[in-house]
Order: sequence, then C-alpha cells, then structure tokens
Amino acid sequence: MKRFLHSPVAVALCAALLFLPLKDLKSAALLFVFILAGLYAAPRIRRIKIPPLPFKLPRTEGPLQILAVAVFALLPLAVKDYYMDVLIMFGIYAILALGLNVIVGFTGQLNLGFAAFYAIGAYTYALLNTRLGLGFWPSLPIAACFASLSGLVLGVPALRLKGDYLAIVTLGFGEIVRIVLNNWDAFTKGPNGIAGIAPPSMAGISLGKLQHYYYLVFLMLIAAVFVIRRVESSKTGRAWLAIKENEIAASTMGIDTTAYKLYAFAFGTFWAGIAGTLFAGKMQFVSPESFTFMESVLILSMVILGGIGNVYGAILGAFILVIMPELLRDAQLYRMLVLGICLVALMIFRPQGLIGAKDASAGR
Amino acid sequence: MLLQQLINGLTVGCVYAVIALGYTMVYGILEFINFAHGEIYMLGAYFGIVFLSLFTASGFAASNFPLAFALTVLFTILFCSAYGFAIEKTAYKPLRNAPRLSPLISAIGISIFLQNYVMITQGATDKVFPQRFGDASFHFMGASVTGLQLIIILASGLMMLGLHLFIKKTRTGKAMRATAQDMTMASLVGINVDRIISTTFVIGAGLAAAAGVMVAAYYGLVNYSIGYVAGIKAFTAAVLGGIGNIPGAMLGGIVLGLMESLGSAYISAEYKDVYAFIILIVILLIKPAGLLGANVEEKV
Repeated sequence: MKRFLHSPVAVALCAALLFLPLKDLKSAALLFVFILAGLYAAPRIRRIKIPPLPFKLPRTEGPLQILAVAVFALLPLAVKDYYMDVLIMFGIYAILALGLNVIVGFTGQLNLGFAAFYAIGAYTYALLNTRLGLGFWPSLPIAACFASLSGLVLGVPALRLKGDYLAIVTLGFGEIVRIVLNNWDAFTKGPNGIAGIAPPSMAGISLGKLQHYYYLVFLMLIAAVFVIRRVESSKTGRAWLAIKENEIAASTMGIDTTAYKLYAFAFGTFWAGIAGTLFAGKMQFVSPESFTFMESVLILSMVILGGIGNVYGAILGAFILVIMPELLRDAQLYRMLVLGICLVALMIFRPQGLIGAKDASAGR
Repeated sequence: MLLQQLINGLTVGCVYAVIALGYTMVYGILEFINFAHGEIYMLGAYFGIVFLSLFTASGFAASNFPLAFALTVLFTILFCSAYGFAIEKTAYKPLRNAPRLSPLISAIGISIFLQNYVMITQGATDKVFPQRFGDASFHFMGASVTGLQLIIILASGLMMLGLHLFIKKTRTGKAMRATAQDMTMASLVGINVDRIISTTFVIGAGLAAAAGVMVAAYYGLVNYSIGYVAGIKAFTAAVLGGIGNIPGAMLGGIVLGLMESLGSAYISAEYKDVYAFIILIVILLIKPAGLLGANVEEKV
C-alpha cells in the first residue's frame, strides 16, 4: 500500500483528482497524463548534469560589457517599434531589479513592497509635471530623492525587524501606498490615474519617440550598472555583504549594521524612483494599477531568477521575465502560473539563481 | 448602530481567527510564514461553490439543504486538506534546511500558482454562491443577527475549542507542542516530525477551507484574488495575538475584525484594508511578540 502511494501513478491520480472539481473530466485526464509523463521523465532529466553556464565568463568583464553595449546600442536600427516598446520596459525593469538587488541581494534584507517606491517615483514626476509644470530633468533627481527618502522613512522603524517580519512590513507598506494612491482622489485622481504627463525633451527635441526614449532608458541603465558596481566594491558594499552573511559577526567587527542597512534601503529605493520617473515619462500616464503587490513579486522574481546578489543576474532576470511573455503571447494566460512553478522549482533545484552570486559563500 | 457594528465585526473576526490558526500553528513549528495559506482559504470558497452547485443541480440540496451544506463543508475540508498536504510535501519539505529566504519565496510561488490555477479553471469573474441564505434574523436592542452570522460565530467557536482540546489533550497534540518547542529534541524522543508537520498543514488547511465556505456563503460572491487580502489579515491577526500562540490567534482575529468594522463605520470605509496593515506595522514595531506572546531573546 505504502509503495503504491509513492508511485508516480498514485501521485498523478491524486493530483488529477484534486483538480477535478475545478474543471471537467477531460482536463483532469489530461493533467493525469501530463503529470505521469513528467514524473517518469524527471529522474532521467535530473541525471543530465546542468553546467553552470554554457560558456565561461571572461575574468575581465570588459569585452563582455562592450559587446552587450554594442548590441543594445545597435538594436533600434533593426527592431520594429513594437519590440522597441518591450525593450524600453526591459530597461526600466532592469533598473528596478538592480535597485532591489542592492537591498535583497547585497544586504540580504527581504523587501516585498518595492513597487511602492517605483510608484512614488512615478507619481512624483506625474504630479510635479501636471501640477507645477516641472520638466523631466529637474523632476528626475527630485523623484529619485523622494523615493529614497521614503525608503529611509520605512527603513528606520522596519529594519529593527528581521527576515519574515521585515518582508511582511514592507509588503504592508507597499499596500498602504497603493491604497492611498487609489483613494486620495483630490490629489492623485484615484483609480483613474494621471494622464497627460509630458515626455522628456533634450536640447529642444522631445524624446517621446520610441527610439529616442530607448536610448535614454539604456543610458540610465548603464549609469545604474556603473554606479551600483562601484558601490558594491566599495567599503559600503563589503559591509553589506558582511551583514548578509552574518549580521552578528558583522556587528562584532564594528560595522554599524543598522546604518548600513539604511544605506542599502535608501540606495536601492533611489533607483526605484529613477525607474518610476522613466516609466511615467514613457507611458505619459500613471495609475495605481501598475504598482500592485504582483509587481513587487515580479521584480523580486527577476532578482532571484538571475541570481541573488549578482548585478548581471538581475539584468538577465529582468530580460527573461519581460521578453519571454512577449515571445509567448499565445500562452499569456499561463504566464503567472508558470512563474509560480518556476519560483518553487528554482528554490528547490537552483537556489542561487541562473548566474549566482559572485562569492562562493553567498550560495549557501 | 454600535452593537450592529460589533456583531458584524465579530463575524468577520471569527473568520480571521480561524484562518489565523493555520498561520500560527505552522509558524510555531517551522518558524516560517506560510504565504500560500490565504490561497487555501480561497480554494475552500471555490470548492464550496462547486460542491454545492453539484448538489443543487442534482436536486439533493432542495430536498435536504442542511445535509447538503454539511456535506459541502466536509468535502471542501477534505479537498483543501489534501492540497495543504501536497503543498507542504512538494514546496516546503525539500527546503527545510535551506536559508530562510527560500521557503518564503517558494510559498510566494505557490500562492501565485494557486491564484492563477483557479483563475484559469474557474474564470476571472466573480462566482456566485448558489444558495442564498434567508434573511431570517434575530433582533435585540436595535441590532439584528442573521442566522448565517450565528452559524459562523458558533462554528468558529467550536472549531477553535476543538483545536484547543486537540492540542492540549491528545497524544498528537502533545507531539505537536513538543515539535514546536524543539524539533531536534522531539525527533530524538521518537516523534515522527515529518508526520507532525504534515498533520499541522492538514489541520490548518482544513480550518481555512471551512472559513472559505462560510465566507462564500456570507458574502455570496467569490473571486480568485480574495485569498491574498484575507491571508494578510489573518496573518495580522496571528501577529497581533502573538505568533505561534494559538489562543493569541483567536483573540487577534476577533480584535482585528472588531477594529476593522468600527474603523470602516466611524472613520472611513474606503481605507478598510489599510487598518489591518497599519495595525500590523504598529504591532510589529512596538510589541513584536503580540498581545499574548512572550518576548523571546534571539538565539545566537
């Protein structure tokens, strides 16, 4: 009996039975066949060794960086407008993922409300532009600093908490921001959102055209990578890593853990503000719908998928999670379903993500 | 007016309390927030609708409604417990010794999966509960209690009492308490820890399922996204009472339900969902151990 219960047939049968009331007999039978096939294939697939990466990353990143920059710089010449749009979103999400990676990846503090800072950045620009007529360039630093300030405001009380509790408090903060944006009609126009935001312009030329905007986002992404890499290898970056590895040990080494965790919060959310401004400038419209909890989870998934604590991993994660759904448009309905399964599978089979962190010790 | 709000708050609070028990039991043993718990509650609401629709279509519900409803609840609990069991085995058990971030992210994955699983199979639009409960109500002092509210309050009370007795009086309950205190030690004295953890998930899921059916009947409408908000509120209730503490979860649920009901009646109904989050944040910052919890020093 016990052996039967552990057999693939029994497992597949149970799964199909549990599924049955939600749909019809035909789908349940189909599910049974799929799971059975999967369970028989799984041990064979697992025997195939997955190499860490199909090619070895060169020790000096220079050539790879130049190649990536060249490819992305030349893309607008070859790509249709529709894909230009997708690539711009990729750039914005990559900046978001890089920012969250500072908090989650470098410092090890889980944040489930990152979309709130993205929203604060976007709404700051939207309000400054539509109410005060301020342009993109003066708004950008204001929005980024304001998002960063909100990060500090949340961080001061919240960072006394650890792990799961911190995750829940940041989640709560994210929801509060969204609900307030949704209900404060007089100021944010509630669920209708704010329309008519001016696209940025430069030297008198509007950057509203997709190709122009692409280069703007792309330059911002390069700036983000450059700055974040520099901070990562600075004294601050090493302090963050120490906190992530072992907070108590870090504090006995004289690191002011609270202060450094706050730096991480302020620095990470700064980039969320930048991304938010870019988003508002691109869409020329913002509404609370774009900043739900699912958005926070999506950004977190990018960081985890690529490899927690790895700058290039965050970008790779953003690339996969933005481009893939576009390539699989017909399977749009199943997108989030698959994402859910992937998160679980990733945690079980490859917790360090696709690329993994730079330090061997971080993969624990 | 005040009394009416208190009754409504108590009804919702009882539901929060029943869901909160699942969070608190799992946290007590594994020290991990089962993010997918709210989705089990959502599944319960959907299963309730599916089974009762079946009974209604076959004419069984018309001839003997109380029995049909009781069977619906029973089947729903069975199915959801099986989901709870399966989720623990596939998504959490392999990660028991992983860093703490891993099971949490795995749970978020399960939560996303279940939401979309139900959305794809049952549709994204609201589902209507097949049976309207009569508005027969009892009046006293200007307030009215509907029969269903009474059932919810009584059933929740019974479930909480039952769980309390189960944990205090039975062998399995004793083993659960031992596992919560020290998992390694419990396994050394011969407790099958894996089985205890499975039992915990099964009981928690069963309670959430019962809550799901009751809420589906109470509000009459169900959507695939209800699990997330209910889950957060129930978690707030668990934290409010002191996470890992079973009487605390009951108290926390009722207090939260009352505060929410009074808040939306006297402050603003639009910000109803914000109250729970604000209470949660304030509690975590001021007294993270909760109302009934003891402050525990962190082990180094």
